[in-house]
Amino acid sequence: MASGATLASKSALPGAGGIKTVSAGSSGRAAADADPNQPLLDVRGVTIQYKTQRHLVTATYRVGFNVLQGDRFVVLGPSGCGKSTLLKAVGGYLQPTEGEIRLKGELIKKPGPDRIMVFQEFDQLLPWKTVLENVAFPLKTTGTLHAKAAQERAMDYIKMVNLSKFAHSYPHTLSGGMKQRVAIARAMAMEPDILLMDEPFAALDALTRVRMQDELLALWDEIRFTVLFVTHSIPEAIKIGSRILLLSPHPGQVKAEINSVPRGQENSNEAAALGREIHEMLFADQIEEAPNA
Amino acid sequence: MLEAMQRANIYSETLGPEQFGIIQKPLTLPEKIYNQSWLRKIAILVVLAAAWEIYGRWLDNPLLVPPFSEAMRALVEDVSNGTIPSRALSSIQVLLIGFTTGTLLAGLLTVFAFSTRIGTDFLETMTAMFNPLPAIALLPLALIWFGLGVGSLVFVLVHSVMWAVALNTLAGFRSVSMTVRMVGRNYNLNGLRFVGKILIPAAFPSILAGLKIGWAFAWRTLIAAELIFGVSSGQGGLGWYIFESKNQLNIPEVFAGLLTIILIGLAVENVVFRFVETRTVQRWGMQT
Repeated sequence: MASGATLASKSALPGAGGIKTVSAGSSGRAAADADPNQPLLDVRGVTIQYKTQRHLVTATYRVGFNVLQGDRFVVLGPSGCGKSTLLKAVGGYLQPTEGEIRLKGELIKKPGPDRIMVFQEFDQLLPWKTVLENVAFPLKTTGTLHAKAAQERAMDYIKMVNLSKFAHSYPHTLSGGMKQRVAIARAMAMEPDILLMDEPFAALDALTRVRMQDELLALWDEIRFTVLFVTHSIPEAIKIGSRILLLSPHPGQVKAEINSVPRGQENSNEAAALGREIHEMLFADQIEEAPNA
Repeated sequence: MLEAMQRANIYSETLGPEQFGIIQKPLTLPEKIYNQSWLRKIAILVVLAAAWEIYGRWLDNPLLVPPFSEAMRALVEDVSNGTIPSRALSSIQVLLIGFTTGTLLAGLLTVFAFSTRIGTDFLETMTAMFNPLPAIALLPLALIWFGLGVGSLVFVLVHSVMWAVALNTLAGFRSVSMTVRMVGRNYNLNGLRFVGKILIPAAFPSILAGLKIGWAFAWRTLIAAELIFGVSSGQGGLGWYIFESKNQLNIPEVFAGLLTIILIGLAVENVVFRFVETRTVQRWGMQT
């Protein structure tokens, strides 16, 4: 923490005072809903360090970006660029050593149900609960809804991911894709301010992955949720994202923040060109790194 | 290479499911019978009983090994005249008190151990010291502290249950996956709500294994303790029944007592724990 303090004292970051003035105290929530230009999620100069047994690892260095209401914001980078670490910091599981992360103007200090995380691992579903119980679980434990209303809303979202038939099945009887659909339904049923997805489709086979991507986009068309989506796949980033943040590895630094191609044009020539552009930017890093390694 | 270019595309018609005769076929009756694990186990028991009967008759010395039929006669007789049921009941009562107390204490100890580092050290040191110590070795001390009675028995039972359960529960808590823990924290669960809603169900297979071991330790310890000082509050348990029968040279009754202990052990394992397992860890797919 000592190093964090010195880092923080030095952080006279450009623009640190600029956008900040918009959110004013308790009216922050209402202001965020009213003003579409107020960033929903404001990540500013975030450096994250963590200790392993032997090293102090700097995962990201002074990363900053804004996520607006309704964004499909993709964080893209090779492995080791700290993108998952960054997502965990937004989730509140880690504290940045420098910089700050604000959701609707509120500083993020700990995990909370206003940011629901969808993990890559299939074991994120609680095996002792059925699909319906899993989806209703956060609604009940956080006191969002009472038993009956929670069941109804859970059922609505299960229907939305086409799993009504399996509402009373236990997770171990489902396939990987179905488990991820339940996890997505569980996250969306909470209607969080922002959905955090940590490579949710990475452990799926290629065919299922494409289907899940289509389904996620269809759900977005319906509900227009805000999602922060982490991936290492360039085609997935172009297809899912409306805006893409490119991170360089070791430590993660912002390389670019670009717009993706419009919805439904992920097979167009522009998409292919964008893919090449992104690929070159990521590839440039590897050439720089090679002599060091 | 040229030949590969010349090959035509091949398309074939597939049959719909309605055109197939049998896709799933039920098992035959002998296969179904053999698939029942309790039937296989009963077959093993029958063979063992037959071997005992033959050996007992061949030896022809009922003071050493009475045949199985003799032991069964004694068992049926003492069960029907109410001796064995009342003795067993008195043993089971004491056992339940000790087992429940031990489990609750183990639970407290584990939560303490899981939440603080010093608690972990405490639990680890205590288990390292006391787990290898046979509970029965504490009985003389217990008799001095708590006198002749249920108190001493409960003390040794708690000792025999607590460490095994605590050790397994802690191991279970530690093996709960990071993802599941993060899911719980995502929903603002913390403290005892986190333990109750996430850790205990997620670690249930280990906890159940600990309870099984604890139960076996407790049952063993109780019978041994009863053999040593027998009567508690005027009513002896099964251990005392065996001791009495041996003193009166009623060897079939001794075997009847041993059989009762085994039968109760089997019943707890195959009825009580099986019931809990099928309702929990098996249904949840945590154990096959």
